[in-house]
Amino acid sequence: MTWLSNGSPSWQWFHRLGSPRWFYHRSGRWLPWLSLAALLVLLNGLVWGLAFAPEDAKQGNSFRIIYIHVPAAFLAQSGYFIMAIAGAIGLIWKMKISYMVMKSAAPIGAVLTFIALFTGAVWGKPTWGAYWVWDARITSMLILLFLYAGVIALQYAYHSVDAASKASAILALVGTVNIPIINKSVDWWYTLHQPATIKLTSAPSMHMDMFMPLLVMIVGFYLFYAVALILHTRNEILRRERKTSWVRELANAKAGR
Amino acid sequence: MARKMNSGFVAWLRRDLLLAYRRRGEVASPVLFFMMVSTLIPLGLTPEAARLGEVAAGMIWVMALLATLLSVDGMFASDYQDGSLEQMLITPQLLPLPLLGKITAHWLTTGLPLTLVSPLLGLMMSLPSAGYLPLLCSLALGTACLSLVGAVGAALTVSLRKGGLLLSLLVMPLYMPVIIFGTATVSYAVDGLNWLPPLALLGALLAASVALCPLAAAGALRVTASN
Repeated sequence: MTWLSNGSPSWQWFHRLGSPRWFYHRSGRWLPWLSLAALLVLLNGLVWGLAFAPEDAKQGNSFRIIYIHVPAAFLAQSGYFIMAIAGAIGLIWKMKISYMVMKSAAPIGAVLTFIALFTGAVWGKPTWGAYWVWDARITSMLILLFLYAGVIALQYAYHSVDAASKASAILALVGTVNIPIINKSVDWWYTLHQPATIKLTSAPSMHMDMFMPLLVMIVGFYLFYAVALILHTRNEILRRERKTSWVRELANAKAGR
Repeated sequence: MARKMNSGFVAWLRRDLLLAYRRRGEVASPVLFFMMVSTLIPLGLTPEAARLGEVAAGMIWVMALLATLLSVDGMFASDYQDGSLEQMLITPQLLPLPLLGKITAHWLTTGLPLTLVSPLLGLMMSLPSAGYLPLLCSLALGTACLSLVGAVGAALTVSLRKGGLLLSLLVMPLYMPVIIFGTATVSYAVDGLNWLPPLALLGALLAASVALCPLAAAGALRVTASN
């Protein structure tokens, strides 16, 4: 990577981003503001969606779970790509920090996938009459949960941090190539076996009054995801760099107070 | 140049086939597993021919997948233990080509026998007669995909002591498109539809796997085999 390391100024931020210490200090300064923004946007979206958005004509109030369900499903899917991109950056530029981001993104994404599946099941009972149906999107989400589980399991299977990071980065990349194939094939499988009982009641075209709070919630979830990811990554930095002098100084300073 | 690039492929294919020939018992076990599990299905489900025939295609595919999964675990294990995997890693040849040779040998010793036995299982599970040729074709292409994708998982877990179960966790989600198109090929034929489109999709999956899986497996081996 000589073209990267011969000091062209436009790449300096990228190099600095690779330093765990720099990231730790810089993210510490952003974090309160980011958390505040996430909190405000989420509160705004929740109150708007749960209290002020109009009732659904067919589903009544039960449709309001959409304000949790859809943003969680959104983030669950983009979270996998964030994880895989972080892994790819680690493999290509050998940046320690991006492996830490990758490792932190896996459990967050898995939990969001679970939330999407769980809220879907709770929503499915009054709407479809069953907690679980083999719908194409539900099945894709379940497979996504399995993909996350694989990355997490592989991460913890290796003692060597280096091997764990690289192996799970490769797995995340293989998963990324497969996700569109899996989603398409599951869609196709579903149209082949479509049971007659399911009717998708939430039409793709939502009323503006219902859609705006959803949009706010999606933005809020993205902010919340960023906060969670940064917090997780900061923990991971401290854990992996615990033998370096700057982390020790940090710990001593905290203990001294 | 072409011959030099080929040589790794042919050498490792020949070596693994020879090893498999000398350990014929191990080669037989996935096929035996395939046959034995298929006797569990009538016992657990129903001996009625009509109902068995409905689920036959799906069941045969699930069993073929499990049998491949069991055998994929050993793809690099003995090479890792006796050190020949490291010899392979330090050869001047491009790593994906010898790997493709190994994977081809794996398919020839597991996927192909499973494919050839499947009509017998179809007969035992009263698969409608229109389903046999599609079953053979889809299994031939599909098990090759399973071997290729499985090789990536096996490469990722080769140095772990209890890698077998983890390997299934990693690889199973990636197998789902294969089983969807595989069973669709057979059920299309049984329903009297044109079964070539799902088979063509399986072929597309195979083409993509041939291109990408040896690369991913090579990258994974470089990481894991040295740890």
